[in-house]
Amino acid sequence: MDEITRRGSLALGAGALATAGLIGARPAGAAIPVADVPAPKQPIEAGATLRVIRPTKFVDPDETIWNANTEKFTKATGVPVRVDFVGWEDLRPQVAVAARTGAGPDVVVGWANDPHLYSDKILDMTELATYLGKKYGGWGALPQKYGKKFGSDTWIALPMGCGGGALVWRKSWVNEAGYSTVPDDLGKFLDLCQKLKKNGHPPGFALGNAVGDGNGTATWLLWAHGGYQVDDKGQVAINRKETIAALKYGAELYKTFIPGTLSWLDPSNNKAYIAEEISLTQNGVSIYFVAKNDPKTAHVAADTEHSRMPGSLNGKAPEAANTLNAMVFKHTKFPNAAKEYLRFMMEAEQYDPWLTKCLGYWAHPLLAFDQSDCWKSDPKIIAYRDAQKMQFWDGYKGPINAAAAAVSSEYVLVQMFAGVASGQQTPEDGVKEAERRLRRIYKS
Amino acid sequence: MDASTWVPTRTPPNLLARLFDYKPFLICVCLAPALGLLLVFLTYPLGLGIWLAFTDAEIGRSGSWVGLENFDSLMEDRVFLNAVWFTVFYTAAATVVKFALGLWLALLLNHHIPFKSIIRAIILMPFIVPTVLSAIAFWWIYDPQFSILSYVLVDVLHWRDTYIDFLGTPWAARWSLIAANIWRGIPFVAITLLAGLQTISPALYEAALLDGASPWQRFRFVTTPLLMPILAVVLTFSVLFTFTDFQLVYAITRGGPINSTHLMATLAFQRGIPGSQLGEGAAIAVAMIPFLVLATLLSYFALARRKWQQGPENE
Repeated sequence: MDEITRRGSLALGAGALATAGLIGARPAGAAIPVADVPAPKQPIEAGATLRVIRPTKFVDPDETIWNANTEKFTKATGVPVRVDFVGWEDLRPQVAVAARTGAGPDVVVGWANDPHLYSDKILDMTELATYLGKKYGGWGALPQKYGKKFGSDTWIALPMGCGGGALVWRKSWVNEAGYSTVPDDLGKFLDLCQKLKKNGHPPGFALGNAVGDGNGTATWLLWAHGGYQVDDKGQVAINRKETIAALKYGAELYKTFIPGTLSWLDPSNNKAYIAEEISLTQNGVSIYFVAKNDPKTAHVAADTEHSRMPGSLNGKAPEAANTLNAMVFKHTKFPNAAKEYLRFMMEAEQYDPWLTKCLGYWAHPLLAFDQSDCWKSDPKIIAYRDAQKMQFWDGYKGPINAAAAAVSSEYVLVQMFAGVASGQQTPEDGVKEAERRLRRIYKS
Repeated sequence: MDASTWVPTRTPPNLLARLFDYKPFLICVCLAPALGLLLVFLTYPLGLGIWLAFTDAEIGRSGSWVGLENFDSLMEDRVFLNAVWFTVFYTAAATVVKFALGLWLALLLNHHIPFKSIIRAIILMPFIVPTVLSAIAFWWIYDPQFSILSYVLVDVLHWRDTYIDFLGTPWAARWSLIAANIWRGIPFVAITLLAGLQTISPALYEAALLDGASPWQRFRFVTTPLLMPILAVVLTFSVLFTFTDFQLVYAITRGGPINSTHLMATLAFQRGIPGSQLGEGAAIAVAMIPFLVLATLLSYFALARRKWQQGPENE
């Protein structure tokens, strides 16, 4: 497998040259602090070709820069790469087919839990991840969680970007309600929301079956009150007084929301915020950029601030982040080429332009990129820079597995909060219902 | 050698020729391609789906046989029972209205009116637009903040003070979805029934007219019985389409609020694919089969009976 052929070594040489050349030239501005660590030896197999699938773009540069970087890789190594961009919800079934049949894409850039569903079918990434970590100031807490096999130090995936959430709020309206900034204390936050509502600028958090935003609301409320769906051994632990407290708080908070949040899907809060119907919500960086880039809504962007979600627990903000997690299947004929491709994409010369042009939509997992120009261009998006520092994850505090993924895609927690908030269920009934479903999903 | 000495000898047909003359064999050979296609594209997926329903398969992990465990669990699952109930209700409510309005529309279009062809083409519009597009249009129409209906009622006509929360409460959401389904389904019913109406010979109406039949009597005793066979077919199809509807609900509510608008199809998808519980998703899909068979048998046998069509005296 590690046979070095003439063409392979030539390609490698060309790759090394290209990399060295770029480092020598140090493109202006990209001052990412780098430690001098030798890259792992991954001689590219002769005649290698790669197929990559990844989720479809959210902003245009996500696709164009990705493709440009891939072309650079092909030029440097001679390895032709085909990249397929797949709909966000189609990705999981496609990966499942690849895993089941042992054919298909060599490199999969999937979602956070995907690699964990196939940990015995994918290549070990420890060497590559350790190299990147050492070179770029270490991995953030969340990528470490998603990259390593649960409860071990073995890397099975390479987290590539974290699409974080943050509290998005209108400064003038929050000030008008008597607060200079959004308080972290949950009691004061409720008071703020009540005052916002009284002033005719209600907040709005999605409580409908919205993959990102609905689950975001539910897990925020649960985690902020010290609740969790399962304990660290994967035993269902939803039926605790913390959950009841979270549900009661959620019901109080819901009274301050704009009407209709029970039916909100992912784009709803974006639309409502940009139309100035709501004063405060949780979202990715997209609201801000859409508002900023349209002259008609520039004043909304100018009045917008971002901060961590309130209710931090021992200093940990109750948030997770949507993470791009790359893996290489064992069935690939060109494992080294696949790993080299991932390494190439993660090196600052390629990664930094991608990060910057995507406006930080996928925040970096490697801490050195805190220094990227991306985060200097606009101080208002700093909150999104820190997505990789979050210490909660999908399925907290249990293992990252298929069950954790099922809980969010079946909206179990969202329905629990929505049912209680709308007054259809008592908190106790809501918890019992969720517990039943969780037990079924976690088979415990 | 001249012709008189030539004795025609029939070489006995070889084995292959005899084989192809053998009728049972020929039947098998001719049926094989069709059977093969059915097996590969119909029986196998259906069989696999049914088999999955009795396993605990997950995406990425082939399951083992668990018998009726999936169904046992579904029986106590409030969300599933609610989905079954809503699917039946959705189908019934939408079908009744679709047929009433569709028939009415077909009768109107059957008259000679100016621009008949253009109007008929326009009627088909909701049917031509891809469901997902119309679903997204309805999603905007039902938006809690940006609904055109709310805008007209509140900001233009000032009939209401607050925006309508179409999808925010279970019953409002259910009726909103049914309305969208009706809008989408009417053209199919109207156009097929119109085709049925056109096959009725005008002579029959003339005869009825000469006998002094009122318009209602003409409808009741001429149109209805002759329309019955096509009505049965259209009803069957319409029930099947509505019962297995997926796109409207998935695009507009995803089963929310509070899981109140899940259809069996959307729930099966949600549990099976994004939720990766293939076995349970398959079980929900399999649970649809008895309903579909029942609906088909009922509408087909009941409505296609001659007695219904031509009256009891016409055996």
